[in-house]
Amino acid sequence: MSTSVAAQLAQAEILAARRRSMLLVFACTVLGAAAQILMKIGMARFDPHLMALVTNVPLIAGYVLYGINTLMLVLALREGELSMLYPIIALTYVWVTLLSYVLLHETPNLFKNVGIATIVLGVAVLGRGGRK
Amino acid sequence: MTPGLLRSMLLVFTASIIGSFGAVFLKLGAQKLTKSVFSFLNLKLAFGVALFLGSSVFYALGIRGGQLSVLYPMVSLGYIWTLLWSRLFFNEPFTRQKFLGLGLILLGVFFVGLGSS
Repeated sequence: MSTSVAAQLAQAEILAARRRSMLLVFACTVLGAAAQILMKIGMARFDPHLMALVTNVPLIAGYVLYGINTLMLVLALREGELSMLYPIIALTYVWVTLLSYVLLHETPNLFKNVGIATIVLGVAVLGRGGRK
Repeated sequence: MTPGLLRSMLLVFTASIIGSFGAVFLKLGAQKLTKSVFSFLNLKLAFGVALFLGSSVFYALGIRGGQLSVLYPMVSLGYIWTLLWSRLFFNEPFTRQKFLGLGLILLGVFFVGLGSS
C-alpha cells in the first residue's frame, strides 16, 4: 500500500519535472525569437565603431537575450527528454517568421510558409530519431 | 538571387558550422562538471562559449544583408553538422529517422530560399 503511494508520488514528480522543462523550453522559443528581431533591427544600423556599437541598444539587447536564452536551453535540455523538447524548440522558426512579417514588414509567401512547416517537421522527426 | 543575399547566406552558413563546433566543446566541457562551482571554469567550456560568440558575429553580419524570414531558417542547417560531429566525436549512431529529419530540413531551407525573391 505505502509503496504504491510512493510510486505514485514519484510518478507525479516525474510528470511535474517534464511539464517544467517543456514550459521552460517554450519560453525559450519566444525569448529566442525576440532576440532575433532585436539583432536584426540593431544590425540595420550597424557601424563598426566602438561608440556606435556600445550605443546600439537593440543589438546589445538582442545579444543579451540570446545569451540568456542559450543558457536556459542548456539547463532545460539537461533535464527533459529531447524527443519531446525538439519539436517545441522548432517553434522558434515559426515565431521568427511571423514576427519578420509583422514587425519587419517582410513579404509573406507560400514558399516561406511551406519551407518553415517542413523545417519544423524535420526537427521534430530528428528529435524522435535521437530517442533510444 | 542577388550577390548581397548570396554573401549573407554564406555568412549564416559559416556561422552554423562554427556554432556546431561550439556545441561539441560545450558537451565536452559539461562532461567535466562536478558539484563545485569552479568546475564551470574549464577550458573546453570556455572554448565552446568563445566559438558560440564567434559564430554569432558571422550570423549578425549575415542577417544585415537580407530578410530575416529567409536567413534565420538557414540556422537549421546547423543540425547537419551537429549530427555529423555527434557520430564522429560521441559515437552517437546515425538512424533512418535522423536522415529523414535532415532531409526534411534541407527541403525546407530550399523552399524558404525559393521564397526569397
